[in-house]
Amino acid sequence: MQRRVVITGMGIYSSLGKNLSEVKDSLYHGRSGIVFAQDRKDFGYRSALTGFVERPDLTKALSRRQRISMGEESEYAYVATQEALRNAKIDEAYFDERILGLIYGNDSVSQAVMEALDIVRQKKDTTLVGSGAIFKSMNSSVTMNLSTIYRIRGINMTISAACASGSHAIGLAYLFIKQGLQDCIICGGAQETNKYAMASFDGLGVFSNREDEPTKASRPFDKDRNGLVPGGGAATIVLEEYESAIKRGAPILAEVLSYGFSSNGDHISTPNVEGPVRAMEMALQQAGLSPADIEYINAHATSTPMGDANEARALSQLFGADPIISSTKSMTGHECWMAGTSEVIYSLLMAQHGFIAPNINLEEVDEPARGLTLAKNTINQNFNVFLSNSFGFGGTNSALIVKKL
Amino acid sequence: MSREEIIDITNKFLIEEFEVESEIIQPDADLKESLDLDSLDYVDLVVIIESNFGIKLESKDFTNVNTFDNLYDLIGSKLHAVA
Repeated sequence: MQRRVVITGMGIYSSLGKNLSEVKDSLYHGRSGIVFAQDRKDFGYRSALTGFVERPDLTKALSRRQRISMGEESEYAYVATQEALRNAKIDEAYFDERILGLIYGNDSVSQAVMEALDIVRQKKDTTLVGSGAIFKSMNSSVTMNLSTIYRIRGINMTISAACASGSHAIGLAYLFIKQGLQDCIICGGAQETNKYAMASFDGLGVFSNREDEPTKASRPFDKDRNGLVPGGGAATIVLEEYESAIKRGAPILAEVLSYGFSSNGDHISTPNVEGPVRAMEMALQQAGLSPADIEYINAHATSTPMGDANEARALSQLFGADPIISSTKSMTGHECWMAGTSEVIYSLLMAQHGFIAPNINLEEVDEPARGLTLAKNTINQNFNVFLSNSFGFGGTNSALIVKKL
Repeated sequence: MSREEIIDITNKFLIEEFEVESEIIQPDADLKESLDLDSLDYVDLVVIIESNFGIKLESKDFTNVNTFDNLYDLIGSKLHAVA
């Protein structure tokens, strides 16, 4: 019998809000989370724009030993996961009763690495970096911390797939559950937002330099877009096998219908059309759906000239003008390693509350996107089936199709 | 530096670093048990002793450190050796 994979909980900590309720309001009102950060300018950034996320204070929630191994991205991930578990009605005892898994997207940890090496350079003694440095410095920092805190006993790994990390994390968790290897997996994506995290990315000159208008800088599909704005935070989804979720009386929020993936086999940073098309086609085929069945698409569109144009071409080729499309990166900026999960949560929040969030700052649609139906303003509309696209450096693509239940 | 100064400085950073109440720090109390130290915590102990006193300890230095008094003695002897 085919095992169905459902979402039973979600949690979010982003520039749009510190929980689902705040984020839902921001999405509905088209509120941007982008700010100008002077410390980035002073540090040498070409563009000092970023999604603003406040660091949570976990002093009372976690012990010193637990906190000392956690960097910013793990702290965000913990807060998001706490909310997801509460919503999924999973308490501490459940971790002892059942074997849960953990798959999270994260593709770099800049601050911890830099701070540790600065100490070694200055003191000429590796001992003086302290005991937490190694656990904060690795890409798998989030999963090693969360798996310890929650006493995870199943699959436990980090997915590093550039800006598609959070989406592949959901996709792979979906496959593990569908295959019968796990019944419940906590998955997500996290992205640090400190000034060290994005310095080399800024160096490529792909960030918008519209510094006098921070909230207007991220403008996917707009003719006058001139680059992306980095953001971050963390997003967590609880994925569960349908029967097991029903059995324990869990809330069934949505079903993951399919996971399509591909690699461009092309340029390291410039996206193409053919790779994303193949990922989306695979998702449609796996779900047994036709393009007309997709009601909303949360585009990857980051507000870069080439990336948005090529995604628009891919979307036009497959879907034409049928589904309503928006890029929530117009409000959040590009949440990178986290984006693939956060955007599934944003889309599901919209489906739950009967609206489509606007692609803000879309004043004049750029030529390649003119055949698409883009949500310039909030649209009050019920929908169930959506597609979420995530593409990353190296040409890694992920497309998830989800149905609200 | 007097022993009283060493005790004051040490107790202050132990309370801060290991987030314990001042009452639990007694000269004859077991250091590891009172502060709930595991092997990783000794690395952090080396770090805070270096930053507060400028002396570099190694894990083998803690072999005979069982009580808080032993720790004050160790720091005192190392400081004395440096001076």
